[in-house]
Amino acid sequence: MLNYLLFIATIGSIYGLLALSLNLIWGGAGMVNLGLAGFFAVGAYASALATTDAHLPIVAGWILALAAGGLAGLVVTLSTTRLREDYLAIVTLGFAEVVRLVAANEVWLTRGTDGISGIPGPWKALLGSDFNAVYLLIVLTILALVFLLMRRIDRSPYGRVLRAIREDAQVAQVAGKPVLRFKAEAFALSAGIAGLAGALYGHFTSYIAPDLFLPLITVYVFLAVAGGGTGRPAGALIGAYLLMVLLESARFLVELVPVISAVQRAALKELIIAVALILVLRLAPGGLLSERVPAAPRLPMEGKS
Amino acid sequence: MRRAFYGLEVLRGVDFSVAAGRITGLIGPNGAGKTTLFNVVSGLVPPDAGSIRFAGSEIGGLSPDKVSRAGLVRTFQVARGFPKLSVFQHLMLYGRDQPGESLWRAVLGSRAARDREAALAEQAWDIARFLRLDKVIDNQAVALSGGQKKLLEIGRALMAEPKLILLDEPTAGVNPTLRNEIGERLLELPKRGVSILLIEHDMGFIAELCDPVICMAEGRVLAQGSFDSVRADPQVREAYLGRRAA
Repeated sequence: MLNYLLFIATIGSIYGLLALSLNLIWGGAGMVNLGLAGFFAVGAYASALATTDAHLPIVAGWILALAAGGLAGLVVTLSTTRLREDYLAIVTLGFAEVVRLVAANEVWLTRGTDGISGIPGPWKALLGSDFNAVYLLIVLTILALVFLLMRRIDRSPYGRVLRAIREDAQVAQVAGKPVLRFKAEAFALSAGIAGLAGALYGHFTSYIAPDLFLPLITVYVFLAVAGGGTGRPAGALIGAYLLMVLLESARFLVELVPVISAVQRAALKELIIAVALILVLRLAPGGLLSERVPAAPRLPMEGKS
Repeated sequence: MRRAFYGLEVLRGVDFSVAAGRITGLIGPNGAGKTTLFNVVSGLVPPDAGSIRFAGSEIGGLSPDKVSRAGLVRTFQVARGFPKLSVFQHLMLYGRDQPGESLWRAVLGSRAARDREAALAEQAWDIARFLRLDKVIDNQAVALSGGQKKLLEIGRALMAEPKLILLDEPTAGVNPTLRNEIGERLLELPKRGVSILLIEHDMGFIAELCDPVICMAEGRVLAQGSFDSVRADPQVREAYLGRRAA
Protein backbone atom coordinates (compact mmCIF):
# COMPACT_ATOMS: atom_id res chain seq x y z
CA MET A 1 0.00 0.00 0.00
CA LEU A 2 2.77 2.42 0.92
CA ASN A 3 4.55 1.64 -2.30
CA TYR A 4 1.36 2.30 -4.22
CA LEU A 5 0.95 5.70 -2.54
CA LEU A 6 4.58 6.58 -3.22
CA PHE A 7 4.08 5.60 -6.85
CA ILE A 8 0.94 7.71 -7.17
CA ALA A 9 2.60 10.67 -5.45
CA THR A 10 5.59 10.47 -7.80
CA ILE A 11 3.48 10.22 -10.94
CA GLY A 12 1.26 13.02 -9.57
CA SER A 13 4.33 15.20 -9.09
CA ILE A 14 5.47 14.49 -12.63
CA TYR A 15 2.01 15.56 -13.79
CA GLY A 16 2.58 18.60 -11.60
CA LEU A 17 5.64 19.48 -13.67
CA LEU A 18 3.67 19.03 -16.87
CA ALA A 19 0.87 21.20 -15.49
CA LEU A 20 3.34 23.96 -14.58
CA SER A 21 4.81 23.65 -18.04
CA LEU A 22 1.42 24.01 -19.72
CA ASN A 23 0.32 26.79 -17.38
CA LEU A 24 3.32 28.92 -18.32
CA ILE A 25 2.29 29.11 -21.96
CA TRP A 26 -1.44 28.41 -21.89
CA GLY A 27 -2.43 30.21 -18.72
CA GLY A 28 0.39 32.70 -19.15
CA ALA A 29 0.56 33.54 -22.82
CA GLY A 30 -2.58 31.88 -24.22
CA MET A 31 -0.60 29.51 -26.45
CA VAL A 32 -2.20 26.12 -26.87
CA ASN A 33 0.22 23.19 -26.89
CA LEU A 34 -1.62 20.02 -27.87
CA GLY A 35 1.69 18.24 -28.22
CA LEU A 36 2.77 18.26 -24.61
CA ALA A 37 3.07 14.46 -24.68
CA GLY A 38 5.54 14.85 -27.55
CA PHE A 39 7.89 17.10 -25.58
CA PHE A 40 7.46 14.77 -22.61
CA ALA A 41 8.56 11.89 -24.88
CA VAL A 42 11.50 13.83 -26.34
CA GLY A 43 12.86 14.37 -22.84
CA ALA A 44 12.21 10.80 -21.77
CA TYR A 45 14.02 9.39 -24.80
CA ALA A 46 16.89 11.88 -24.64
CA SER A 47 17.66 11.00 -21.05
CA ALA A 48 17.06 7.27 -21.47
CA LEU A 49 19.43 7.04 -24.46
CA ALA A 50 22.04 9.22 -22.80
CA THR A 51 22.15 7.09 -19.67
CA THR A 52 21.87 3.63 -21.27
CA ASP A 53 23.58 3.70 -24.68
CA ALA A 54 25.92 6.60 -23.93
CA HIS A 55 26.47 5.70 -20.24
CA LEU A 56 26.26 9.29 -19.08
CA PRO A 57 25.41 10.06 -15.46
CA ILE A 58 21.70 10.44 -14.70
CA VAL A 59 21.96 14.16 -13.94
CA ALA A 60 23.53 14.71 -17.37
CA GLY A 61 20.58 12.85 -18.87
CA TRP A 62 18.14 15.16 -17.08
CA ILE A 63 19.94 18.28 -18.24
CA LEU A 64 19.99 16.86 -21.73
CA ALA A 65 16.24 16.19 -21.52
CA LEU A 66 15.62 19.79 -20.49
CA ALA A 67 17.72 21.03 -23.39
CA ALA A 68 16.19 18.63 -25.93
CA GLY A 69 12.65 19.60 -24.93
CA GLY A 70 13.53 23.29 -25.07
CA LEU A 71 15.16 22.95 -28.47
CA ALA A 72 12.17 21.04 -29.85
CA GLY A 73 9.90 23.76 -28.45
CA LEU A 74 11.95 26.47 -30.08
CA VAL A 75 11.83 24.72 -33.45
CA VAL A 76 8.06 24.23 -33.21
CA THR A 77 7.27 27.87 -32.29
CA LEU A 78 9.67 29.38 -34.76
CA SER A 79 8.30 27.21 -37.56
CA THR A 80 4.77 28.47 -36.88
CA THR A 81 5.47 32.20 -36.69
CA ARG A 82 4.06 32.83 -40.13
CA LEU A 83 0.84 30.97 -39.33
CA ARG A 84 -2.18 32.26 -37.49
CA GLU A 85 -2.18 31.61 -33.75
CA ASP A 86 -4.64 28.69 -33.79
CA TYR A 87 -2.32 26.76 -36.06
CA LEU A 88 0.22 26.41 -33.30
CA ALA A 89 -2.22 24.00 -31.64
CA ILE A 90 -2.47 21.90 -34.78
CA VAL A 91 1.26 21.90 -35.43
CA THR A 92 1.99 20.81 -31.86
CA LEU A 93 -0.59 18.05 -32.14
CA GLY A 94 1.18 16.85 -35.27
CA PHE A 95 4.55 17.19 -33.60
CA ALA A 96 3.57 14.82 -30.79
CA GLU A 97 2.37 12.23 -33.29
CA VAL A 98 5.58 12.56 -35.30
CA VAL A 99 7.64 12.01 -32.15
CA ARG A 100 5.63 8.89 -31.34
CA LEU A 101 5.97 7.53 -34.88
CA VAL A 102 9.70 8.22 -34.96
CA ALA A 103 10.06 6.47 -31.61
CA ALA A 104 8.09 3.49 -32.93
CA ASN A 105 9.89 3.18 -36.27
CA GLU A 106 13.49 4.37 -35.94
CA VAL A 107 14.48 1.09 -34.33
CA TRP A 108 18.25 1.74 -34.59
CA LEU A 109 17.88 4.69 -32.23
CA THR A 110 14.85 4.08 -30.08
CA ARG A 111 14.50 0.29 -30.25
CA GLY A 112 11.06 0.81 -31.77
CA THR A 113 7.94 -0.49 -30.10
CA ASP A 114 10.02 -2.70 -27.80
CA GLY A 115 10.91 0.45 -25.95
CA ILE A 116 13.97 1.11 -23.84
CA SER A 117 14.28 -0.90 -20.65
CA GLY A 118 16.86 -0.86 -17.89
CA ILE A 119 16.93 2.91 -17.57
CA PRO A 120 18.97 3.46 -14.42
CA GLY A 121 17.44 5.04 -11.31
CA PRO A 122 19.63 7.09 -8.98
CA TRP A 123 21.30 4.84 -6.34
CA LYS A 124 18.69 2.21 -7.14
CA ALA A 125 20.81 -0.84 -6.19
CA LEU A 126 21.99 0.82 -3.02
CA LEU A 127 18.55 1.94 -1.86
CA GLY A 128 16.67 -1.22 -2.62
CA SER A 129 13.12 -0.90 -1.38
CA ASP A 130 13.69 2.68 -0.26
CA PHE A 131 14.19 3.76 -3.85
CA ASN A 132 10.59 4.90 -4.36
CA ALA A 133 10.65 7.15 -1.30
CA VAL A 134 13.99 8.72 -2.18
CA TYR A 135 12.96 9.21 -5.79
CA LEU A 136 9.76 10.92 -4.68
CA LEU A 137 11.88 13.33 -2.64
CA ILE A 138 14.06 14.06 -5.66
CA VAL A 139 11.00 14.70 -7.84
CA LEU A 140 9.39 16.87 -5.16
CA THR A 141 12.58 18.94 -4.87
CA ILE A 142 12.69 19.54 -8.60
CA LEU A 143 8.96 20.29 -8.62
CA ALA A 144 9.39 22.81 -5.82
CA LEU A 145 12.22 24.53 -7.69
CA VAL A 146 10.22 24.71 -10.90
CA PHE A 147 7.19 25.96 -8.97
CA LEU A 148 9.20 28.79 -7.39
CA LEU A 149 10.62 29.63 -10.80
CA MET A 150 7.15 29.77 -12.34
CA ARG A 151 5.81 31.89 -9.52
CA ARG A 152 8.66 34.34 -9.96
CA ILE A 153 7.95 34.60 -13.67
CA ASP A 154 4.24 34.91 -12.96
CA ARG A 155 4.81 37.94 -10.73
CA SER A 156 7.52 39.58 -12.81
CA PRO A 157 7.24 42.16 -15.59
CA TYR A 158 7.98 39.22 -17.89
CA GLY A 159 4.82 37.46 -16.74
CA ARG A 160 2.88 40.68 -17.20
CA VAL A 161 3.93 40.80 -20.84
CA LEU A 162 2.93 37.15 -21.32
CA ARG A 163 -0.54 37.94 -19.91
CA ALA A 164 -0.87 40.88 -22.24
CA ILE A 165 0.05 38.64 -25.17
CA ARG A 166 -2.62 36.17 -24.04
CA GLU A 167 -5.29 38.87 -24.04
CA ASP A 168 -4.33 40.66 -27.26
CA ALA A 169 -1.00 40.00 -28.93
CA GLN A 170 -1.42 42.88 -31.36
CA VAL A 171 -1.99 45.46 -28.66
CA ALA A 172 0.96 44.00 -26.75
CA GLN A 173 3.03 44.73 -29.82
CA VAL A 174 1.68 48.26 -29.97
CA ALA A 175 2.80 48.53 -26.34
CA GLY A 176 6.33 47.99 -27.63
CA LYS A 177 6.79 44.33 -26.76
CA PRO A 178 8.58 42.02 -29.21
CA VAL A 179 5.83 39.41 -29.00
CA LEU A 180 7.63 36.72 -30.97
CA ARG A 181 10.64 36.77 -28.65
CA PHE A 182 8.42 36.36 -25.60
CA LYS A 183 6.40 33.56 -27.16
CA ALA A 184 9.44 31.63 -28.35
CA GLU A 185 11.23 31.93 -25.00
CA ALA A 186 8.21 30.95 -22.96
CA PHE A 187 7.36 28.05 -25.23
CA ALA A 188 10.92 26.75 -25.20
CA LEU A 189 11.11 26.95 -21.42
CA SER A 190 7.74 25.22 -21.12
CA ALA A 191 8.78 22.47 -23.53
CA GLY A 192 12.06 22.06 -21.65
CA ILE A 193 10.17 21.48 -18.39
CA ALA A 194 7.95 18.93 -20.14
CA GLY A 195 11.14 17.22 -21.37
CA LEU A 196 12.56 17.15 -17.86
CA ALA A 197 9.29 15.65 -16.61
CA GLY A 198 9.66 12.93 -19.25
CA ALA A 199 13.17 12.13 -18.08
CA LEU A 200 12.03 11.92 -14.44
CA TYR A 201 9.30 9.54 -15.54
CA GLY A 202 11.68 7.26 -17.46
CA HIS A 203 14.22 6.97 -14.67
CA PHE A 204 11.42 6.21 -12.22
CA THR A 205 9.74 3.37 -14.10
CA SER A 206 13.02 2.30 -15.80
CA TYR A 207 11.10 1.58 -19.01
CA ILE A 208 9.74 3.78 -21.80
CA ALA A 209 8.01 2.89 -25.06
CA PRO A 210 6.13 4.86 -27.73
CA ASP A 211 2.77 3.63 -26.37
CA LEU A 212 3.34 5.49 -23.12
CA PHE A 213 3.24 8.88 -24.82
CA LEU A 214 -0.29 8.95 -26.19
CA PRO A 215 -2.10 12.27 -26.77
CA LEU A 216 -4.29 11.33 -23.80
CA ILE A 217 -1.51 12.57 -21.48
CA THR A 218 -1.87 16.04 -23.00
CA VAL A 219 -5.62 15.94 -22.38
CA TYR A 220 -5.01 14.95 -18.75
CA VAL A 221 -2.69 17.89 -18.26
CA PHE A 222 -5.20 20.29 -19.80
CA LEU A 223 -7.77 18.92 -17.38
CA ALA A 224 -5.37 19.48 -14.48
CA VAL A 225 -4.59 23.08 -15.43
CA ALA A 226 -8.19 23.98 -16.30
CA GLY A 227 -9.45 22.45 -13.06
CA GLY A 228 -6.79 23.94 -10.83
CA GLY A 229 -6.91 27.39 -12.30
CA THR A 230 -5.30 28.74 -15.45
CA GLY A 231 -2.84 31.54 -15.07
CA ARG A 232 -1.73 30.57 -11.59
CA PRO A 233 1.14 28.13 -10.87
CA ALA A 234 -0.34 27.02 -7.54
CA GLY A 235 -3.62 26.24 -9.30
CA ALA A 236 -1.87 24.12 -11.91
CA LEU A 237 -0.09 22.18 -9.19
CA ILE A 238 -3.24 21.50 -7.17
CA GLY A 239 -4.99 20.53 -10.39
CA ALA A 240 -2.29 17.96 -11.15
CA TYR A 241 -2.70 16.19 -7.80
CA LEU A 242 -6.50 16.32 -8.05
CA LEU A 243 -6.17 14.81 -11.50
CA MET A 244 -4.13 11.97 -10.07
CA VAL A 245 -6.81 11.33 -7.43
CA LEU A 246 -9.47 11.40 -10.11
CA LEU A 247 -7.54 9.04 -12.41
CA GLU A 248 -6.92 6.53 -9.65
CA SER A 249 -10.42 6.66 -8.20
CA ALA A 250 -11.83 6.26 -11.70
CA ARG A 251 -9.71 3.15 -11.99
CA PHE A 252 -11.17 1.69 -8.79
CA LEU A 253 -14.64 2.84 -9.70
CA VAL A 254 -14.74 1.06 -13.05
CA GLU A 255 -13.55 -2.13 -11.34
CA LEU A 256 -16.82 -2.08 -9.44
CA VAL A 257 -18.90 -2.05 -12.61
CA PRO A 258 -20.03 -5.63 -13.25
CA VAL A 259 -20.43 -7.51 -16.54
CA ILE A 260 -18.34 -5.27 -18.83
CA SER A 261 -15.00 -6.46 -20.22
CA ALA A 262 -11.55 -5.09 -19.39
CA VAL A 263 -11.42 -3.12 -22.65
CA GLN A 264 -14.79 -1.58 -21.90
CA ARG A 265 -13.58 -0.72 -18.39
CA ALA A 266 -10.60 1.16 -19.84
CA ALA A 267 -12.91 3.01 -22.20
CA LEU A 268 -15.28 3.84 -19.33
CA LYS A 269 -12.37 5.30 -17.40
CA GLU A 270 -11.53 7.59 -20.27
CA LEU A 271 -15.18 8.54 -20.51
CA ILE A 272 -15.18 9.59 -16.85
CA ILE A 273 -12.11 11.77 -17.47
CA ALA A 274 -13.72 13.34 -20.54
CA VAL A 275 -16.91 14.13 -18.64
CA ALA A 276 -14.81 15.63 -15.84
CA LEU A 277 -13.04 17.92 -18.33
CA ILE A 278 -16.36 19.05 -19.83
CA LEU A 279 -17.83 19.67 -16.38
CA VAL A 280 -14.82 21.73 -15.29
CA LEU A 281 -14.87 23.86 -18.43
CA ARG A 282 -18.62 24.30 -18.14
CA LEU A 283 -19.06 24.90 -14.43
CA ALA A 284 -15.76 26.40 -13.33
CA PRO A 285 -14.09 27.94 -16.36
CA GLY A 286 -11.63 29.80 -14.14
CA GLY A 287 -10.67 26.68 -12.19
CA LEU A 288 -10.33 26.31 -8.43
CA LEU A 289 -7.87 29.14 -7.92
CA SER A 290 -8.66 32.17 -10.03
CA GLU A 291 -6.00 34.40 -11.45
CA ARG A 292 -4.47 36.95 -9.13
CA VAL A 293 -4.78 40.59 -10.05
CA PRO A 294 -1.89 42.14 -8.16
CA ALA A 295 -2.80 45.37 -6.36
CA ALA A 296 -0.86 48.49 -7.20
CA PRO A 297 1.74 49.26 -4.56
CA ARG A 298 0.57 52.17 -2.41
CA LEU A 299 3.25 54.81 -2.59
CA PRO A 300 3.71 57.56 -0.07
CA MET A 301 1.65 60.25 -1.78
CA GLU A 302 3.58 63.40 -0.98
CA GLY A 303 6.19 61.72 1.17
CA LYS A 304 9.24 62.28 -1.01
CA SER A 305 11.65 64.98 0.04
CA MET B 1 8.93 65.52 -38.26
CA ARG B 2 7.65 64.63 -41.65
CA ARG B 3 5.49 61.73 -42.63
CA ALA B 4 4.15 60.68 -45.97
CA PHE B 5 2.46 57.73 -47.64
CA TYR B 6 1.87 56.79 -51.19
CA GLY B 7 0.09 54.06 -52.99
CA LEU B 8 -1.92 52.24 -50.35
CA GLU B 9 -5.29 51.54 -51.85
CA VAL B 10 -7.26 53.46 -49.26
CA LEU B 11 -4.48 56.00 -48.97
CA ARG B 12 -3.81 57.39 -52.38
CA GLY B 13 -0.86 59.65 -52.11
CA VAL B 14 -1.38 61.00 -48.63
CA ASP B 15 1.36 63.45 -47.91
CA PHE B 16 1.47 65.60 -44.82
CA SER B 17 3.56 66.34 -41.82
CA VAL B 18 2.80 66.69 -38.14
CA ALA B 19 4.50 69.44 -36.18
CA ALA B 20 6.11 68.72 -32.83
CA GLY B 21 4.53 70.24 -29.75
CA ARG B 22 1.08 70.53 -31.27
CA ILE B 23 -2.24 68.76 -31.41
CA THR B 24 -2.97 68.09 -35.04
CA GLY B 25 -6.54 67.16 -35.92
CA LEU B 26 -7.31 64.59 -38.58
CA ILE B 27 -10.87 64.77 -39.86
CA GLY B 28 -12.77 63.37 -42.79
CA PRO B 29 -15.94 61.43 -43.55
CA ASN B 30 -16.19 57.72 -42.70
CA GLY B 31 -14.07 55.65 -45.03
CA ALA B 32 -11.66 58.49 -45.69
CA GLY B 33 -8.75 56.29 -44.63
CA LYS B 34 -7.96 57.92 -41.28
CA THR B 35 -7.78 54.74 -39.24
CA THR B 36 -5.95 52.97 -42.06
CA LEU B 37 -3.43 55.75 -41.92
CA PHE B 38 -2.99 55.05 -38.20
CA ASN B 39 -2.65 51.33 -38.90
CA VAL B 40 0.08 51.96 -41.43
CA VAL B 41 1.98 54.47 -39.32
CA SER B 42 1.82 52.27 -36.21
CA GLY B 43 3.10 49.28 -38.18
CA LEU B 44 0.01 47.06 -37.97
CA VAL B 45 -0.38 47.24 -41.75
CA PRO B 46 2.71 47.56 -43.91
CA PRO B 47 2.69 50.38 -46.48
CA ASP B 48 2.74 49.36 -50.16
CA ALA B 49 4.93 52.26 -51.07
CA GLY B 50 6.08 55.55 -49.79
CA SER B 51 7.92 56.63 -46.74
CA ILE B 52 7.08 57.49 -43.16
CA ARG B 53 9.67 59.56 -41.39
CA PHE B 54 9.54 60.04 -37.67
CA ALA B 55 11.99 62.13 -35.65
CA GLY B 56 14.58 61.93 -38.38
CA SER B 57 14.45 58.25 -39.24
CA GLU B 58 12.43 56.05 -41.55
CA ILE B 59 9.82 53.97 -39.72
CA GLY B 60 7.75 52.78 -42.70
CA GLY B 61 7.35 48.99 -42.56
CA LEU B 62 8.77 48.57 -39.08
CA SER B 63 6.94 46.15 -36.79
CA PRO B 64 4.52 47.75 -34.29
CA ASP B 65 6.77 47.12 -31.29
CA LYS B 66 9.69 48.90 -32.96
CA VAL B 67 7.49 51.85 -33.93
CA SER B 68 6.28 52.05 -30.36
CA ARG B 69 9.78 51.91 -28.92
CA ALA B 70 10.80 54.68 -31.34
CA GLY B 71 8.38 56.93 -29.44
CA LEU B 72 5.20 56.73 -31.51
CA VAL B 73 2.28 55.12 -29.70
CA ARG B 74 -1.29 54.77 -30.88
CA THR B 75 -4.66 54.17 -29.28
CA PHE B 76 -7.64 52.36 -30.74
CA GLN B 77 -11.02 53.67 -31.84
CA VAL B 78 -12.85 50.90 -30.02
CA ALA B 79 -10.90 50.59 -26.78
CA ARG B 80 -8.77 47.47 -27.08
CA GLY B 81 -6.55 45.91 -24.56
CA PHE B 82 -6.27 43.33 -21.89
CA PRO B 83 -9.65 42.82 -20.17
CA LYS B 84 -8.28 40.76 -17.29
CA LEU B 85 -5.40 43.07 -16.47
CA SER B 86 -5.93 45.85 -13.96
CA VAL B 87 -5.56 49.52 -14.77
CA PHE B 88 -2.24 49.45 -12.93
CA GLN B 89 -0.99 46.46 -14.93
CA HIS B 90 -1.96 48.19 -18.17
CA LEU B 91 0.01 51.24 -17.20
CA MET B 92 3.03 49.24 -16.03
CA LEU B 93 3.01 47.15 -19.17
CA TYR B 94 3.45 50.20 -21.36
CA GLY B 95 6.46 51.41 -19.37
CA ARG B 96 9.64 51.87 -21.38
CA ASP B 97 12.93 50.01 -20.95
CA GLN B 98 12.01 47.30 -18.49
CA PRO B 99 14.94 45.10 -17.46
CA GLY B 100 12.43 42.80 -15.72
CA GLU B 101 11.11 41.78 -19.11
CA SER B 102 14.18 39.66 -19.70
CA LEU B 103 13.48 36.04 -18.83
CA TRP B 104 16.76 35.66 -16.95
CA ARG B 105 16.23 38.74 -14.87
CA ALA B 106 12.65 37.66 -14.17
CA VAL B 107 13.88 34.30 -12.93
CA LEU B 108 16.97 35.40 -11.04
CA GLY B 109 15.59 38.70 -9.84
CA SER B 110 17.69 41.78 -10.36
CA ARG B 111 18.17 45.05 -8.62
CA ALA B 112 17.84 46.95 -11.91
CA ALA B 113 14.48 45.29 -12.54
CA ARG B 114 13.19 46.09 -9.05
CA ASP B 115 14.34 49.71 -9.23
CA ARG B 116 12.79 50.22 -12.63
CA GLU B 117 9.56 48.62 -11.43
CA ALA B 118 9.42 51.02 -8.48
CA ALA B 119 10.08 54.02 -10.71
CA LEU B 120 7.40 52.91 -13.16
CA ALA B 121 4.92 52.36 -10.32
CA GLU B 122 5.39 55.99 -9.31
CA GLN B 123 4.93 57.11 -12.89
CA ALA B 124 1.81 54.94 -13.19
CA TRP B 125 0.29 56.54 -10.10
CA ASP B 126 1.06 60.01 -11.47
CA ILE B 127 -0.65 59.24 -14.74
CA ALA B 128 -3.58 57.56 -13.00
CA ARG B 129 -4.10 60.69 -10.90
CA PHE B 130 -3.68 62.94 -13.92
CA LEU B 131 -6.45 61.03 -15.73
CA ARG B 132 -8.54 60.48 -12.56
CA LEU B 133 -8.07 56.74 -12.80
CA ASP B 134 -6.44 56.42 -9.38
CA LYS B 135 -9.71 55.36 -7.73
CA VAL B 136 -10.04 52.39 -10.08
CA ILE B 137 -6.36 51.56 -10.38
CA ASP B 138 -6.84 47.98 -9.15
CA ASN B 139 -9.94 47.30 -11.25
CA GLN B 140 -9.70 44.99 -14.19
CA ALA B 141 -10.13 46.76 -17.50
CA VAL B 142 -13.26 44.75 -18.22
CA ALA B 143 -14.97 46.45 -15.24
CA LEU B 144 -14.27 50.01 -16.44
CA SER B 145 -16.87 52.28 -18.02
CA GLY B 146 -16.52 53.19 -21.68
CA GLY B 147 -15.11 56.59 -20.81
CA GLN B 148 -12.63 55.17 -18.34
CA LYS B 149 -11.44 52.73 -20.98
CA LYS B 150 -10.77 55.67 -23.27
CA LEU B 151 -8.83 57.41 -20.51
CA LEU B 152 -6.87 54.24 -19.88
CA GLU B 153 -5.96 54.10 -23.56
CA ILE B 154 -4.52 57.59 -23.27
CA GLY B 155 -2.86 56.82 -19.94
CA ARG B 156 -1.08 53.71 -21.03
CA ALA B 157 0.12 55.46 -24.18
CA LEU B 158 1.58 58.18 -21.95
CA MET B 159 3.40 55.55 -19.89
CA ALA B 160 5.46 54.73 -22.97
CA GLU B 161 6.80 58.32 -22.81
CA PRO B 162 6.03 58.86 -26.47
CA LYS B 163 7.05 61.79 -28.59
CA LEU B 164 3.85 61.44 -30.59
CA ILE B 165 0.52 59.82 -29.75
CA LEU B 166 -1.94 58.81 -32.42
CA LEU B 167 -5.36 59.13 -30.79
CA ASP B 168 -8.21 57.43 -32.60
CA GLU B 169 -11.50 59.07 -31.56
CA PRO B 170 -10.75 59.58 -27.87
CA THR B 171 -14.27 60.88 -27.17
CA ALA B 172 -16.36 58.35 -29.10
CA GLY B 173 -19.04 57.05 -26.74
CA VAL B 174 -17.96 59.35 -23.93
CA ASN B 175 -20.41 61.59 -22.04
CA PRO B 176 -20.04 65.39 -22.47
CA THR B 177 -18.58 66.03 -19.01
CA LEU B 178 -15.89 63.40 -19.43
CA ARG B 179 -15.36 64.58 -22.99
CA ASN B 180 -14.46 68.05 -21.71
CA GLU B 181 -12.21 66.50 -19.12
CA ILE B 182 -10.38 64.45 -21.75
CA GLY B 183 -10.00 67.65 -23.79
CA GLU B 184 -8.49 69.50 -20.83
CA ARG B 185 -6.04 66.68 -20.20
CA LEU B 186 -5.02 66.51 -23.84
CA LEU B 187 -4.33 70.25 -23.96
CA GLU B 188 -1.74 69.78 -21.23
CA LEU B 189 0.22 67.14 -23.14
CA PRO B 190 2.11 69.37 -25.58
CA LYS B 191 3.52 71.16 -22.53
CA ARG B 192 4.87 67.81 -21.39
CA GLY B 193 6.61 67.37 -24.73
CA VAL B 194 4.03 65.04 -26.23
CA SER B 195 2.64 65.81 -29.68
CA ILE B 196 -0.71 64.44 -30.75
CA LEU B 197 -2.34 63.45 -33.99
CA LEU B 198 -6.04 63.16 -33.27
CA ILE B 199 -8.83 61.54 -35.25
CA GLU B 200 -12.21 62.88 -34.20
CA HIS B 201 -15.71 63.32 -35.56
CA ASP B 202 -16.73 65.81 -32.91
CA MET B 203 -16.07 69.14 -34.68
CA GLY B 204 -16.46 71.17 -31.49
CA PHE B 205 -13.74 69.08 -29.89
CA ILE B 206 -11.49 69.55 -32.91
CA ALA B 207 -12.07 73.30 -32.94
CA GLU B 208 -11.19 73.57 -29.25
CA LEU B 209 -8.03 71.48 -29.35
CA CYS B 210 -6.47 71.22 -32.75
CA ASP B 211 -4.26 73.46 -34.73
CA PRO B 212 -3.60 72.65 -37.50
CA VAL B 213 -6.34 70.44 -38.88
CA ILE B 214 -5.99 68.04 -41.79
CA CYS B 215 -9.03 66.89 -43.73
CA MET B 216 -8.94 63.60 -45.63
CA ALA B 217 -11.46 62.06 -48.00
CA GLU B 218 -11.23 58.95 -50.14
CA GLY B 219 -7.63 58.36 -49.23
CA ARG B 220 -6.38 61.84 -50.03
CA VAL B 221 -5.61 64.97 -48.11
CA LEU B 222 -8.18 67.57 -49.16
CA ALA B 223 -7.01 70.50 -47.12
CA GLN B 224 -4.86 71.44 -44.18
CA GLY B 225 -4.46 74.54 -42.08
CA SER B 226 -6.29 76.14 -39.21
CA PHE B 227 -9.71 74.74 -38.34
CA ASP B 228 -11.47 77.78 -39.77
CA SER B 229 -9.58 77.70 -43.06
CA VAL B 230 -10.20 73.97 -43.45
CA ARG B 231 -13.86 74.45 -42.63
CA ALA B 232 -14.08 77.22 -45.21
CA ASP B 233 -12.50 75.09 -47.93
CA PRO B 234 -15.15 74.37 -50.58
CA GLN B 235 -13.77 70.86 -51.27
CA VAL B 236 -14.01 70.00 -47.59
CA ARG B 237 -17.52 71.37 -47.41
CA GLU B 238 -18.56 69.24 -50.32
CA ALA B 239 -16.90 66.05 -49.07
CA TYR B 240 -17.86 66.33 -45.48
CA LEU B 241 -19.20 69.32 -43.66
CA GLY B 242 -21.44 70.45 -46.49
CA ARG B 243 -23.00 67.05 -46.85
CA ARG B 244 -23.60 67.00 -43.12
CA ALA B 245 -25.11 70.45 -43.03
CA ALA B 246 -27.47 69.65 -45.89
